[in-house]
Amino acid sequence: MKFSDFVATTAIRSHVDADTKEGVIREMARALVDAGKILAADEESIIKAILKREDLGSTGIGRGVAVPHTKHPGVTRLVGTVAVSRGGVDFESLDGDPVQLFFLLVSPPDRPGDHLRALESISRQLRDDAFCKLLKAAKEPLDIQHLLEEADSHGVVS
Amino acid sequence: MAANSRESLHDAASATPREKTFSREVVVANSQGLHARPADLLAREARRWQSRIELVAESQRADGKSILEVLTLAAESGTRLVVEATGPDAREALEAIGSLFDRNFNEHAGSQNT
Repeated sequence: MKFSDFVATTAIRSHVDADTKEGVIREMARALVDAGKILAADEESIIKAILKREDLGSTGIGRGVAVPHTKHPGVTRLVGTVAVSRGGVDFESLDGDPVQLFFLLVSPPDRPGDHLRALESISRQLRDDAFCKLLKAAKEPLDIQHLLEEADSHGVVS
Repeated sequence: MAANSRESLHDAASATPREKTFSREVVVANSQGLHARPADLLAREARRWQSRIELVAESQRADGKSILEVLTLAAESGTRLVVEATGPDAREALEAIGSLFDRNFNEHAGSQNT
């Protein structure tokens, strides 16, 4: 699965303002509403579901990356977005490091395979340090979009 | 160590007896596949052991101690994997990892938790 299959480009954020886990998740969910990918009516229940999932164990998977996610009946296909925090956010990550790079995913309840393949794409590309570093250094959403497109078309050597 | 290097003279191409590889087949049984939470549990368990832990799928291998590597397997429900453990505590490590799969990573087969 490619990033372009699930990342809503207009919902990409290169500078999140929030400095808490919940704040970042709220900002990203709002970005998906603004991009028309989730309904405003579903926003709050999607946020709640993502936070509930975080309670089971942080999705901060290390390397300054987190993948907050949930299933929700409000979407018919997998949607997601990417955000970067300059200062990093305490996400109770597995390695304890603050998180700078966020991939938020909302998938339909009956498509666990799509969710797995999105996680696969993200984790495969993020094994590459240079790719992580470039994403975290992105100045504007377009930079992130271009990096994702490059990863989609060439893959990242790792 | 001197003792080990003497052994390796006799058996240069393969691992020393302490480095024996143990393996067993496991099946991803939970309906959501090997997603973020089980991958996290797996990597945490693997890191408790000195041995190298690898997961072998049809077309690729993953370092069991890295959640990123485990997630790249995108192992769906029903996928068969081989867990390989190599090192001084390989047998115990393999048992611990195998038991995580046997217990479905403490998820119910139909769990909706992702």
